[in-house]
Amino acid sequence: MRIRRLLVANRGEIAMRILRTCERLGIETVLAASDADLESPAARRADRVVRLGPALPQTSYLSVEAVVRAALTSGANAVHPGYGFLSENPALADACARAGLLFVGPAAQHLRALGDKLQAREAAIAAGLPILPGGEVTSPTEAEAMLEHTGLPVLVKAVGGGGGRGMRLVTDTAALPHALELSMAEAGGAFGNSRVYLERYVARGRHVEVQLLADGERVLHIGERDCSVQRRYQKLVEEAPGAGLPDDLRSAMHDAAVRLGRHLGYRSLGTVEFLVDVDRATFSFLEVNPRIQVEHPVTEATSGLDLVAAQLYVAEGRPLTLRQDDVVLTGHAIECRINAEDPDRDFAPGPGKITNLRLPAGEGIRVDTAVQRGSVVPPYYDSLVAKLIAWGPDRQAALDRLAGALDRFVVEGVPTTIPLHRRLVADAELRAGGVDTGWLGRLLGADATAPVEVTTNG
Amino acid sequence: MNLTREDVEDILKLLDSTAYDELHLETDRFALRLRRGVGGWTQEHEARGEVRLVESASGAGAPDEEALDDLPDDGTADAGPADAGPADAAPADAGPAREGLVAVRAPLPGVFYRAPKPGEPPFVEAGDHVEPETVVAILETMKLMNPVRAGAAGTVVDFAVANNEPADLGAVLLWLAPDAPDALDAPAPGKP
Repeated sequence: MRIRRLLVANRGEIAMRILRTCERLGIETVLAASDADLESPAARRADRVVRLGPALPQTSYLSVEAVVRAALTSGANAVHPGYGFLSENPALADACARAGLLFVGPAAQHLRALGDKLQAREAAIAAGLPILPGGEVTSPTEAEAMLEHTGLPVLVKAVGGGGGRGMRLVTDTAALPHALELSMAEAGGAFGNSRVYLERYVARGRHVEVQLLADGERVLHIGERDCSVQRRYQKLVEEAPGAGLPDDLRSAMHDAAVRLGRHLGYRSLGTVEFLVDVDRATFSFLEVNPRIQVEHPVTEATSGLDLVAAQLYVAEGRPLTLRQDDVVLTGHAIECRINAEDPDRDFAPGPGKITNLRLPAGEGIRVDTAVQRGSVVPPYYDSLVAKLIAWGPDRQAALDRLAGALDRFVVEGVPTTIPLHRRLVADAELRAGGVDTGWLGRLLGADATAPVEVTTNG
Repeated sequence: MNLTREDVEDILKLLDSTAYDELHLETDRFALRLRRGVGGWTQEHEARGEVRLVESASGAGAPDEEALDDLPDDGTADAGPADAGPADAAPADAGPAREGLVAVRAPLPGVFYRAPKPGEPPFVEAGDHVEPETVVAILETMKLMNPVRAGAAGTVVDFAVANNEPADLGAVLLWLAPDAPDALDAPAPGKP
């Protein structure tokens, strides 16, 4: 089925991003907007806008029924879920299929299998990928027995989860039963699934993920991204390629990701996340994100590909004409997430009206955003207001462009993470490359074991 | 048509070869302002297109009623602006002060929750005694759960915002009868 009119069932910068590709491809667009977004710049840019529901996400962007109804009402024949919200929810994929709508994403069966982190681990094992020692535990006794395989410290993780919710670091056996209980309760509340599993904790790890593009038969990788600069499991800076990764490790990760894609018979964009153990120079499978990701622009900058266009293309059931050899990665790209948060006040969220906005422009500079002067950043959704991406022929050049662009970036009216990013790009360790996932927390003096209250959108 | 990022890069390359430091471009659909400053170019972009709202269930794009009947009921069908909380859910800073009572106000805008999790008992009920540090509610802002503290010692009288409803910055969330009458002269509790 060809996509004739696409319902964009998301908001903010990713909605704008999808609209841009559709304009280029000549696909009609309908933006599904909540009451908070009916006058947004994305709403002004879309060919049509359909009201999804009230501002609260449960009644709009998170409602399968509202999204399918909006698609049918507006005569769309396809639905793009963006990231976050319903993008990984098999119920939307199923409901689209029942309503005769094309869902821009993987098959519902893959969303189910990959949404269950234990099933995803099983698939990775079956495809021959390295995983961290661990497995499901249902009682403190089982958990204690599992420590024989994982050692201490150990991570308690939610089977239905992601983004750090329900995740807990346990450093001694005595603390395990209580941590188990807390994680089960938290996971049950957040995901409606209280199952948890244990996984070995890697002291110094880098988060490296491989971008896949697959048509159900042919599976291509489009290189890797390093997303190790995180605070409480929320990514803040991402780059492609991963700095200073040994070549054999890098290509082993590419191969592993492709193997998993082939094993699944995957079709769509997807990202295979790995944890690189810096001390052991090994990598392990973490999970698969079956959607477009926040940080996709760094891959676009180095590959020259339009990933949203590629995603729409394979969603139509068309076979990829691109071959692995056609994927040529050039230079280095780095992305900073500009969030409406105050880094000086423990990242307190700062919704409000943007009174002034000036974006950097120039060679190798890209800003993805859906706000303009006068826009209101509502309190109901995540805090991402813009992404700044700098490309350069090498990492040093990209960092220099990034630093210059950050200096020219003006946002007034809401607090942002721009001052933090200015500090980060000037930091000697970040400039040297290859920092681990605990680096930013240590830099900020944050307690790495502090409870996590944020969900991921990336 | 709208300009692409590549278009803007091309324009900047052209401008780089000139002496111009500023370019304004305005159409019905957008306004673009490019400026050369210290360190490089900046842009201000404004989308100006009219919002073309699809009228629900009418015209050529009308939904297939049978397909709509097939939709799963995820319990959100009836949730609309109609259930916008109790009549006294006052907007920010609206509503008169109540004699002898202290207002606990929203320290930031967000969704008001009376319990730590759905299905769990509320933090406090009317009639409960609270201390200044007692957590009386949660405000969810940008996916972060922010505890709201009473800010004064006293007894909970009633709630001004219903559970799971949005509250603006500074909106009254609940009212306290303070233990000490001079609490009324203290700065508004709950303010950052």
